[in-house]
Amino acid sequence: MNSDIISFSSLAPIFPELILTIGAFAILMAGVFMKKQVSASLVGVAIGLLVAVAALILVFPSDGVILNGGFIQDSFARYMKVLVLAGSAFALVLSLSSANENALDKFEYPVLILFATIGMMIMISANDLMSLYIGLEMQALSLYIIAAMKRESSKASEAGLKYFVLGALSSGMLLYGASLVYGFTGQTQLDEIAKIIALGDRSIGLVFGLVFLLAGLSFKISAVPFHMWTPDVYEGAPTPVTAFFASAPKIAALALLIRVVTQGFEPISSDWQQVIIFLSIASMVLAAFAGIGQKNLKRLIAYSSIGHIGFALVGLSAGSLVGVQGVAIYMAIYLTMTLGLFAAILSLKYDNIYVEDVSDLAGLAQTRPFVAAMIAVFMFSLIGLPPLAGFFAKWHVFLAAIEAQLFVLAVIGVLASAIGAFYYLRVIKTMYFDEPVHQFAPIPGELRFIMGIAGFLIITYYLTVGAPLANIARSAVSSLF
Amino acid sequence: MEIEIGHYLVVGAILFTIGVFGIFLNRKNVIIILMSIELILLAVNINFVGFSASLNDIAGQVFALLILTVAAAEAAIGLAILVVFFRNRNSISVDDVNVMKG
Repeated sequence: MNSDIISFSSLAPIFPELILTIGAFAILMAGVFMKKQVSASLVGVAIGLLVAVAALILVFPSDGVILNGGFIQDSFARYMKVLVLAGSAFALVLSLSSANENALDKFEYPVLILFATIGMMIMISANDLMSLYIGLEMQALSLYIIAAMKRESSKASEAGLKYFVLGALSSGMLLYGASLVYGFTGQTQLDEIAKIIALGDRSIGLVFGLVFLLAGLSFKISAVPFHMWTPDVYEGAPTPVTAFFASAPKIAALALLIRVVTQGFEPISSDWQQVIIFLSIASMVLAAFAGIGQKNLKRLIAYSSIGHIGFALVGLSAGSLVGVQGVAIYMAIYLTMTLGLFAAILSLKYDNIYVEDVSDLAGLAQTRPFVAAMIAVFMFSLIGLPPLAGFFAKWHVFLAAIEAQLFVLAVIGVLASAIGAFYYLRVIKTMYFDEPVHQFAPIPGELRFIMGIAGFLIITYYLTVGAPLANIARSAVSSLF
Repeated sequence: MEIEIGHYLVVGAILFTIGVFGIFLNRKNVIIILMSIELILLAVNINFVGFSASLNDIAGQVFALLILTVAAAEAAIGLAILVVFFRNRNSISVDDVNVMKG
């Protein structure tokens, strides 16, 4: 397209983002000009908007490369965007019942979630180093504010500060890598970079740039050794915010990483595979051991999510269609497990305090048998016990690693998963074999609903969603290869 | 002696390193960390503009302008979070960012 004027219909691939942006600004305006009681109900509007945009992507898929090659919409992007939109929408639903206690009943909260979601969607669709950076920053800047949103809490503001400093450092490293890649290829567009690399031999400057780029991205997915911020931010931020941090942004950053390495650096795949394998092993092993000593439930989930990113990276290490398909399946299952687990944690409140420590769960099987059973299901699924969904997630990525002859990686992964089982089992033991300590308040209906849905999907994964999900993921990632 | 792309890259690399060390070695206060972050971003800009000139390609300069605007937004948010932190803790010393450990 050579004309200077972009026709409206040619923008169809970016319509979901545009609608979300206009909606977010409309909610922002409504929040500013309406009374406080009314503006609290804007969360519902935001949830509706997220669901509507997800439906738009599913019902009217419109693929294409637009904006001078900066923005790409393909089946992979659509798959990941639906996951991200679902993650954001459910994170908002999770925040409803505890919004008041966590100072999240301001209208800025849904607006910031929407802006972060737009940033994540741009990340997923980024086909150029510039749009990659804009999407990443849009998401990150919104998340810094959300982390520190509970202003009177000393922990939350510390979490926000730590997240900001380390996030800004990671953006700096990513940019430094981007500048080297640009300098040594003369291109910023991912497929053009791949073409230039394929033509000539790889220079040391380019590999340097690639490593910096990967370091910056591994901060965002919290892979070891760039995971330091994760436990502190998860612990310090209010629990509904942690639920959001653990779900959608992780998926978006991993999708971005997948697109960068498989599209932009495909000709030097042996170089990035080494880095990914290292990140994967380090994440799996460190998370398995560091999780053991944790007493705070949210820190435990933080280490759990670090470990799961390590497992997902096993699939990416293979660098094959099967491997990336495994990652796509893994992310869908991880999203379900995380949201279900956070719904369970948020439903437990005693004397107006939300549970924070593992010891608070003592005797839960007697006081709240349904929640205890659901937490047990999620924990067993996180361990990877068949026939729950978590087992199939790991099965897909390990299978891909074995097909790619990465036997050592697969063995280390299985061992790490066995060691990590300890801290999940300890939670189950606390719930089922210890004496009850707290009387819990009634469970809000929407949390019970989310727990039930997530639990049902995880238990019946093999019989219901397993095969269709594998097919959908396969056709989704086929656009990358 | 003519100044070539190599010289710009060295300046950029040195500034970047100073910025990273400024974040990790500084034990005094968080404002210095914010300054170090700006230093990192400016080092990247020197790289981009240097490459842009030597490649005779405009994209690098567009990228540099983009980074400048985002850096401004980032600094605003960083300072806002710092103000919230100061209200809670009455200090902006790096040693006081220590409630959570592990």
